[in-house]
Amino acid sequence: MATTSSTRPGLLRRLSTFLFLHPTLSLILLLAPPLLWLGVIYLGSLFALLVQSFFRLDDFSGKIVRDFSLTNYLQLTSRANIDIIARTAGMATAVTLACGLIAFPLAYYIARYAAPRAKGFLYLAVLLPLWSSYLVRVYSWKLILAKEGIISWVVEKLGLTPALDAILQTPIIGGPSLSFSMLGMFFVFVYIWLPYMILPIQAALERIPKSLIEAAGDLGARPGETFRTVILPLAFPGVVAGSIFTFSLTLGDYIIPSIIGNSSFLIGAVVLAHQGTSGNVPLAAAFTVVPMIIMGVYLSIAKRLGAFDAL
Amino acid sequence: MSTSSTSLPAVRFSNVSKHFGDVKAVDNVSTDILDGEFFSMLGPSGSGKTTCLRLIAGFEMPTSGSIQLHGQEVSGLPPYERDVNTVFQDYALFPHMSVGENIAYGLMIKNAPKAEREKRADDMLEMVRLPGFAKRRPSQLSGGQRQRVALARALINRPRVLLLDEPLGALDLKLRQQMQIELKAIQKQVGITFIFVTHDQEEALTMSDRIAVFNHGRIEQIGSPAEIYEHPQTAFVAGFVGVSNLITGEAASAITGSPATFSIRPEKIHLCEAGAAVSDGECFADGCIREVVYLGVNTRYAVALNGGGDLTVVQQNLESTSMDVLGAQGRSVRLVWRREHNRVISSQ
Repeated sequence: MATTSSTRPGLLRRLSTFLFLHPTLSLILLLAPPLLWLGVIYLGSLFALLVQSFFRLDDFSGKIVRDFSLTNYLQLTSRANIDIIARTAGMATAVTLACGLIAFPLAYYIARYAAPRAKGFLYLAVLLPLWSSYLVRVYSWKLILAKEGIISWVVEKLGLTPALDAILQTPIIGGPSLSFSMLGMFFVFVYIWLPYMILPIQAALERIPKSLIEAAGDLGARPGETFRTVILPLAFPGVVAGSIFTFSLTLGDYIIPSIIGNSSFLIGAVVLAHQGTSGNVPLAAAFTVVPMIIMGVYLSIAKRLGAFDAL
Repeated sequence: MSTSSTSLPAVRFSNVSKHFGDVKAVDNVSTDILDGEFFSMLGPSGSGKTTCLRLIAGFEMPTSGSIQLHGQEVSGLPPYERDVNTVFQDYALFPHMSVGENIAYGLMIKNAPKAEREKRADDMLEMVRLPGFAKRRPSQLSGGQRQRVALARALINRPRVLLLDEPLGALDLKLRQQMQIELKAIQKQVGITFIFVTHDQEEALTMSDRIAVFNHGRIEQIGSPAEIYEHPQTAFVAGFVGVSNLITGEAASAITGSPATFSIRPEKIHLCEAGAAVSDGECFADGCIREVVYLGVNTRYAVALNGGGDLTVVQQNLESTSMDVLGAQGRSVRLVWRREHNRVISSQ
């Protein structure tokens, strides 16, 4: 029975045994790196941001004054800045609603009806755009939406140019062309963030057992009632998860507004301008706190609606 | 059927087939299920019994043939237009609703007032012996409790036919036996037709008024539990319901004088000393005990016959102990049984 390996086990083997017998130590060793990363780098930078937002820029010298003050937050309440915040939140809401409306039927089809081959193909179709560069895709949309682009061309061939012009002349959403308008920005946002809405909804729908849907029908519910009373409530966590992505990503994005947008700023672009061009880092920091507050409010509403009950 | 001429059958299958691609899940089934009876569909997995149930519920539509519920053609009707309810194999309780809301779901869909829904849900909970459970979540219940909630939910709409798809399959033996008795009692109490799908022959024999034995999408035999057990008409039924010895060819000739295949139940055979006397009207076969399995209540012997073939014999451990029976291996014995217990099987 006694072989050399069992009487004098190797170092690795003794280490394994030692760790097996000391599970707490193993746990600490495994969790230390991610906790350090999360605690120091991730939360630390957020904290630094928060602290910065209470500093202020001395207008005269252009230097940052490291005193506690609410100057930046007072500045946020100016008419122009409130407009920017409202415009950003409005855009994020519209993008989230549109993504939800487009994503749900597709996710439903993928989760419940698609045959394995079609499912693979649809997965690929949803994920494929994420493999190419975000910038490249935004610039291609710039071309698609341009005055000489394919959309204008199709609209012209259909003889609908007056209708497009009328839309572009609408205040707020319009602009000189689709590629310089809030409407164009909205299209690109919806396109870019759509996969992040489809995937969580699809995952949530896939987890609903078929027998639950049959049971509802068996108990007298017509398909619409089954959808309202069984499918939607059970898929709701997925919808909320997807909307957290689309909403927060739209709130913070600065590339699409600067490439597609017109002169009206969104929060991300403002942060970039303050931090880069004008060097007002404290005001930029205060602006970044706004999306975080909006997301906090949004999540607490979602929680109150019972979005996380089924998790 | 003569009994069905007085009142309409609860369910009538006329030449019903259901194909999934090349697979004939249900193959030209015609039968009547009577109003108020406890009808079991018994068969191995893939024999078409669950598909038949799903055809009645409306989850599947027949490829051909017609299905009538109380005389009304339902082949094209969706589940929510049919006066039947189902207890699902996995219970299918809605996880986002309380037990009370689950049970009252059918009433909510019918827009019954809240007070009435709660009252009737409480009544149903009383009936399935879970009083006071209305506020709980399905995830807080044990398997047996979920089973009762599923039953209450299916019965609250007062359907004329209740479909049960292997509802006891996930329960442990003790609970299953208890639920068998309760289900039977509830069926008597509400007086509606129960159609019960199971692969457990003992369950079917315990609870049913009539049993249909399914194999390869067809019904092999329909009859009362006693008929099915004592007069199996096919080799499949003889083998599937209970344990049977099937004796064919030369081995059969050596015993009965005719090569016709017959079946004999293991518990009908007496295990006697070699050379024991045989009286009129009895069959016998000599052999040697090949294997002994001690089962507590009784002992199962596999006996290799001198004339060829094997017979399984079950003897009650009336006076014998495990020491006695286990020492019997290898002993020469004579097997004796009454001739009328032989069941000649018409075709293989």
